[in-house]
Amino acid sequence: MDKKIKVLIAKPGLDGHDRGAKVIARGLKEAGMEVVYTGLRQTPEQIVRSAVQEDVDVIGLSILSGAHTHLFPEIMKRLKEAGRDDIPVIAGGIIPEDDHQELRELGIKAVFEPGTPISKIVEFIEDEV
Amino acid sequence: MTKSVDRLYAEIKKGNENSIARAISMVEDGTKNALELMKKVYNNVDSAYMVGISGPPGSGKSTLTQRIVQLWREKDLKIGIIAIDPTSHFSGGALLGDRIRMNEIATDKGVFIRSMATRGSLGGLNSSIYDTVLIFSLAGFDYIIIETVGVGQNEIDIVKLADTTIFVTVPEAGDEIQAYKAGLMEVGDIFVVNKADRPKSHQMVLTIEQLVSFKEGKDVWQPPVLSTNALKNEGIADINEWINKHHEYLKEKNLMQANRKNVIRTQMINLMEKDLHEKFIKPILNDEKFEEFIESVYRKDKDPYTAVKKLLSFD
Repeated sequence: MDKKIKVLIAKPGLDGHDRGAKVIARGLKEAGMEVVYTGLRQTPEQIVRSAVQEDVDVIGLSILSGAHTHLFPEIMKRLKEAGRDDIPVIAGGIIPEDDHQELRELGIKAVFEPGTPISKIVEFIEDEV
Repeated sequence: MTKSVDRLYAEIKKGNENSIARAISMVEDGTKNALELMKKVYNNVDSAYMVGISGPPGSGKSTLTQRIVQLWREKDLKIGIIAIDPTSHFSGGALLGDRIRMNEIATDKGVFIRSMATRGSLGGLNSSIYDTVLIFSLAGFDYIIIETVGVGQNEIDIVKLADTTIFVTVPEAGDEIQAYKAGLMEVGDIFVVNKADRPKSHQMVLTIEQLVSFKEGKDVWQPPVLSTNALKNEGIADINEWINKHHEYLKEKNLMQANRKNVIRTQMINLMEKDLHEKFIKPILNDEKFEEFIESVYRKDKDPYTAVKKLLSFD
């Protein structure tokens, strides 16, 4: 059997907008990937546990609330504690450009802004894996 | 056996989540080490009790699963969940969304949820599902729930693995009764009409009761028809009670062994089909000659029956 790329799409924190996350999930599925979607309002603990149990190749975080600089460090910390900081993490949503550098320093591999073609995300993931 | 496989085996036995997750990925991808690992696992463990949960999309399977698991967790039982969603025949991808309805148990240390895609449905049941059952059993889980959308033959094969199969439906599913009669209605050991607060749920219970009452005979299991409201946590204790009753029935009538032998039969057929596909069919599909054959069959230079025999070198 062939290796399939498995991606976790997660929405950390309290924002209730998941149109973007769902579009990405569907786009990745159509690119032949297996996409685990966890639903809204996930805690860092839930996200990391899902990533561990599902043994995903990539984690995609979608956030529109502005709490990324608060939530992402917690997620990265817990991934490390779980011994899975080898999983590449990417992010999307409403994330001001001023914060991109800070997130990259945290270990987030890429930040995709609204309007990014799905093909670009697919390509990035395939390169990463 | 390689050292890394031995180490992995030991870590799974300790319940190490990273190792359990890694092992499942290995069997899904069909790696060489997976084969070594599974040989050892098979020889050393017996499968934990398997409960299958099936039913149409949106009937509340994942929510019910969560409720049943919460009840079992009160007794400190450890649970492994395999949540299966279909692979797209077009892209080969899959959207695995069962976790959305299991958030309340997502961080419980005694619960392991793994989403799986049906993947290569060529040749029926994906053999890695039973492998995952065995890995969970090695890790010491008391119950294993296999949850799948009940729509076709693949799903029937999956629920046939389970010792007890629960078929979930909703009051509005009445029109589809005809379809159920032929397939999943026959494999359910327990029927559940979920969302029982909705109108006509009593009618649905009666309809299913009539359908299943045709099973006659002294020793034949008579499936109960239960009504639940998974969101409000109503009727869950009934399900648990009936799972136990069915388990007792299987033990009393010495049917556990027969069931498990059937599982082995199915798994062996799966493995044979997988090997045949990998060794014989896949190389043909990847060969340019195959496209030429299609072309000549299309032009009616050849007929497909002779062409296939030739491709497989039977003639």
